[in-house]
Amino acid sequence: MIQAPKPDATTGEAVIDCDLKELYYGSFKAVRDTRIPIRKGEVTAFIGPSGCGKSTVLRCLNRMNDLIRGFRFEGHVQFRGNDIYHPGVDPVAVRRHIGMVFQQPNPFAMSIYKNITYGLRINGYRGNYDEIVEKALRGAALWDEVKDKLRQSGLSLSGGQQQRLCIARAIAVEPQVLLMDEPCSALDPIATRKVEELMTELKKKYTIAIVTHNMQQAQRVADQTAFLYVDTSQGERTGHLVEMGKTEQIFEDPQAEQTRQYISGEFS
Amino acid sequence: MNEVLQGPETRQDIEALLPGETSILQLQRSLRKPRVLLSIFLSLLVTVLTVFALVPLFSVIFMLFYRGGSNLSASNFWSLPPAPFEEGGGFGNALVGTLVMVGVAGLISVPFGILAAVFLAELGPNSRTATVVRFCAKVLSGFPSILAGVFAYGAVVMLMGGFSAWAGGVALSILMLPIVMLTAEEAIRMVPSKMREASIGMGATHTQTVIRILLPTAMPSILTGVMLAIARAAGETAPLLFTALFSNYWVVTNNQLDLHQPTASMAVLIYNFSGVPFENQVQLCWSASLVLVLMVLVVNLAGKSFSVRTPQR
Ligand SMILES: Nc1ncnc2c1ncn2[C@@H]1O[C@H](COP(=O)(O)OP(=O)(O)O)[C@@H](O)[C@H]1O
Ligand SMILES: [Mg+2]
Repeated sequence: MIQAPKPDATTGEAVIDCDLKELYYGSFKAVRDTRIPIRKGEVTAFIGPSGCGKSTVLRCLNRMNDLIRGFRFEGHVQFRGNDIYHPGVDPVAVRRHIGMVFQQPNPFAMSIYKNITYGLRINGYRGNYDEIVEKALRGAALWDEVKDKLRQSGLSLSGGQQQRLCIARAIAVEPQVLLMDEPCSALDPIATRKVEELMTELKKKYTIAIVTHNMQQAQRVADQTAFLYVDTSQGERTGHLVEMGKTEQIFEDPQAEQTRQYISGEFS
Repeated sequence: MNEVLQGPETRQDIEALLPGETSILQLQRSLRKPRVLLSIFLSLLVTVLTVFALVPLFSVIFMLFYRGGSNLSASNFWSLPPAPFEEGGGFGNALVGTLVMVGVAGLISVPFGILAAVFLAELGPNSRTATVVRFCAKVLSGFPSILAGVFAYGAVVMLMGGFSAWAGGVALSILMLPIVMLTAEEAIRMVPSKMREASIGMGATHTQTVIRILLPTAMPSILTGVMLAIARAAGETAPLLFTALFSNYWVVTNNQLDLHQPTASMAVLIYNFSGVPFENQVQLCWSASLVLVLMVLVVNLAGKSFSVRTPQR
């Protein structure tokens, strides 16, 4: 597998530098010693068994964990060199730059059109919504399927369409980074394919971080892969980063024994 | 090749698979088994008791249609109540009075109820304040309605120096408030948390999430609660006796709504006319009862229709 070097000169620059030394939910230490740089213009995948803290780490990147009582951590998360957990930083502003797509498709109970314009409306944006709606829906490969029913409820779509609607809604505000937490786990294989194809399109414009429990998916879409692990058989409950590197390297030449065992399916 | 692949698809195939000929008999249910008898007995018992429970309801409705429907005429709706030996007349002013006072009560209780519900469901669901407020609301919803009247008497009638539609509205709003508040809290809680997350994840503030996502999504169920509260308030008599009293005149005079005078209501009209010896007034009492029950029924059904339209997915 030979990858052509990217023309983009900024490749390799970390847009987000996430360094979690210790992360707690109340008194429970959920994650330790995890440093994950998210590089610009690339897809970074988080893999690992469930409960190892993939979602937790991802949700730190746009301060979604702020909603959880008892959440705190030591370390820092920098977005383009600025600490997003600095007391002077508004979490709402952070989330406007770093968008999120969730595991369960979660369109609002309003029309497709209004779903897409939600991010614009809460920002008080006045302008040509029609254009933006079309662009976002095309960007999410959904335009042809819904262009005649933009006034219908977003909830009337199929699961796969709903998830692409959520992606369209997220990219309508042109975030710089898109976080996706197992975006395909509630979808059937065909819808999954579509969302995966979409991701390879999206990474031309956006930096993406994706959580997945599907290793084939990580291999198909990701440039970088981070392997997190928690050895529950040893009574351990705190997840941590085992290794991170280029996707091919992680899957073909893993450095850690745990990684090798995990990707070859030796853990049940 | 094909035969091997075929499953037992026809009926004969399936029967052929059952062991022996007695199998069908074993599956049949026998009336002699105690388990079966008990089950039949209990089903009957439940059915009979249900019918008994419905007897009072249906006999009341039957009586209302029988006694009230026979003499109900269109002119009842726009005439004033008749004097003792007068013929004709109607309950027009009482109907308007009820609508006006329930409207006033709604204007007071709906905003307060919804704001309180937002607090209970979103701002401090586990706070001490919320626990206390929720407890009080539950107590208040089982509150003897006459006490709401006594309170409004003390708080409004004494202060403003006389019986009025305002006082009636305040008394009714005390009865509506807990219903609106508790159903609205429940409705806001029922909004899937993934929608809340989606909104926050889009960079919406908490306020924007409440106003643009939670309240609109919960609105059908909130309206159901409001309708239930209106239906309850429209039928209340006791709180109005101390507050709005009654009047033989319109609440609207010369195209002006005057909320500072004693005001007629359907419930009090029924109360007043039910114990009099005058044929025409008693007759009107039946007609007014029928109209009031139908109004409450319609409001209830309207409330139900809102919640049916809630998206289920
Ligand atoms: N809101 C929460 N409160 C307390 N513990 C949590 C919460 N969310 C996750 N956890 C715990 O943190 C650990 C990591 O969870 P999570 O990040 O969801 O793992 P993953 O996404 O890899 O399956 C788990 O042990 C989980 O039980
Ligand atoms: Mg997860």
